[in-house]
Amino acid sequence: MSRQTLGGTSRKQPAQLPVLSGRPLASLYAGNVRAVFARGLKATWGSNWAITASGFVEPVLYLVAMGVGLGSLIGTVEGPGGERIGYANYIAPALLAVSAMNGAVYDSTWNVFFKLNYAKLYEGMLNTSLGPLDVALGEILLALLRGALYATGFTAVMGVMGLVTAPWALLMVPAAVLVAFGFASFGMGVTSFMKTFQQMDWISFVMLPMFLFSATFYPLSVYPEPVQWMVQALPLWHGVELLRQLSAGAVTAATGLHILYYLVMILLGLVLTTARLRRLFLS
Amino acid sequence: MSQAHRPDSAGRGDIVVSARNLTKKFGDFTAVDAISFQVRAGESFGLLGPNGAGKSTTMRMIGGVSRRTSGELAIMGLDPDRHGPEIRAHLGVVPQQDNLDQELRVRDNLIVYGRYFGLPHSYLRPKADELLEFAQLADKARAKVDALSGGMKRRLTIARSLVNDPRMLLLDEPTTGLDPQARHILWDRLFRLKESGVTLILTTHYMDEAEQLCDRLIVVDKGRIMAEGSPAALIREHSTREVLELRFGSERNAAVAAELGGIGERQEALPDRVLIYADDGEAALEQVSGRGLRPLTSLVRRSSLEDVFLRLTGRSLID
Ligand SMILES: Nc1ncnc2c1ncn2[C@@H]1O[C@H](COP(=O)(O)OP(=O)(O)OP(=O)(O)O)[C@@H](O)[C@H]1O
Ligand SMILES: [Mg+2]
Repeated sequence: MSRQTLGGTSRKQPAQLPVLSGRPLASLYAGNVRAVFARGLKATWGSNWAITASGFVEPVLYLVAMGVGLGSLIGTVEGPGGERIGYANYIAPALLAVSAMNGAVYDSTWNVFFKLNYAKLYEGMLNTSLGPLDVALGEILLALLRGALYATGFTAVMGVMGLVTAPWALLMVPAAVLVAFGFASFGMGVTSFMKTFQQMDWISFVMLPMFLFSATFYPLSVYPEPVQWMVQALPLWHGVELLRQLSAGAVTAATGLHILYYLVMILLGLVLTTARLRRLFLS
Repeated sequence: MSQAHRPDSAGRGDIVVSARNLTKKFGDFTAVDAISFQVRAGESFGLLGPNGAGKSTTMRMIGGVSRRTSGELAIMGLDPDRHGPEIRAHLGVVPQQDNLDQELRVRDNLIVYGRYFGLPHSYLRPKADELLEFAQLADKARAKVDALSGGMKRRLTIARSLVNDPRMLLLDEPTTGLDPQARHILWDRLFRLKESGVTLILTTHYMDEAEQLCDRLIVVDKGRIMAEGSPAALIREHSTREVLELRFGSERNAAVAAELGGIGERQEALPDRVLIYADDGEAALEQVSGRGLRPLTSLVRRSSLEDVFLRLTGRSLID
């Protein structure tokens, strides 16, 4: 270390230190989500965007292979409003939901797992004036951002393929962000329980069937009733339905319920993640 | 919250850490067992103790990242359970294990950490350069953290703890892994920070460090305070002025110790040497020779905290 610099003489107090007394949630939240989010951008920039592009490409490949390829055999199917629509139009919004989910889950599971268990990142953050809610929100927003980027890209692909028809369809992007938020929030909460790589594999083990069976490629009505109930309990089905309804402009009370499902999921995920961070690093 | 409770209002000499019956349990295991102590603003306060004594656990409770099981704790007048973020805004923390941000470059580690405190970029940019200079890492500013040596990482962690101009520094074995030159420069730097009114709380396994840096310290063992005082007072109280160290060879030390009864105030047989506590070490050595005992080597030295520690815990500080 160097002796010449930083003598005790010129010690100034920093321009501003946040004083947070008396605020609700003062022990959990310092109102500085931005710093966590910005840190994530800086760390991610240029590093692993290329690798994770696969999460974006996958649903696009499905859209091309199934929508165009398989769709030419299938012809038209019944859309959410009861009208006949092309098979590609049918699966495209579902795959958009999958795209949002993939983006959100990538950051909120594997990346968070690494930071939690190996990088000690959150431990360092929680030694500062950040609270666990700041950390949770910042990380979730980062995951959400990837989900939003995937979804926007996917919507553009849909546009190019002529699959965006109703004006409602423009609402698909914010709706996909909502879906991403739900998965990011919940994904981080769940990941906080994971201790080993084997446990992390369970996440893929749940994700793949959810992707295949959440009425993504065919309607729910093909299942016997008990299976329908199960599928309807899963978050992806609500995302698929929400986006499918928007894409066809068939907005009903059910649309509101799907949105509500995600709002609850976001809230639960946030509460869970914050509680877990607190338990893991502040207990 | 009234103005009087704001951490900002702590002046020199005010009590900034107050612990009463502070206890931490992990399940059934009591890591910190009802300890009570106070630290005043501008003071340099040390925690000494063998591995597992509960030093880091205590530091983490002070830092507001570990919740106490029972007892009272006030940091700058605030309860860390309820005002964690606010208290931590005024702390600089050097944890025992470095937790630098591996995904960021060296200089960004300082800036981003400062951002966590809500500090503006305009303040942080020059501050980061100043701290890099201090840590002698200016030429590594753009390096990845992984590319630093262990000691360099330690220096970066220490530099990082200063980014928010903390009022209180918590240093958990700060100089572990530093070379002697870096250690002396750090001592110098800590001394200046102390002069400018920063409260230092540190743990260490190096007795010279404790004697150099601490105005006052507590010796902890098994989660309890064994003694408290200034280094000089502790030596006066728990040891003699001098110590005679004799080596008879590892097999014979214990046997010979039995023949040394009555020489000095107290004898202590360690596996590698026998210690005789006496106010006059040379005189004690003469008595040893007088009994016809011929040590392989002998050394008279002043008592140190190491001896106090040995006396109090029956264990050597450096395990
Ligand atoms: N998270 C934890 N869960 C369970 N036990 C713990 C935990 N943290 C610490 N302990 C136990 O508490 C005791 C005190 O640990 P602590 O880290 O405070 O010791 P220390 O005085 O800092 O030791 P060292 O000199 O080795 O750093 C040890 O017995 C340790 O095993
Ligand atoms: Mg320790």
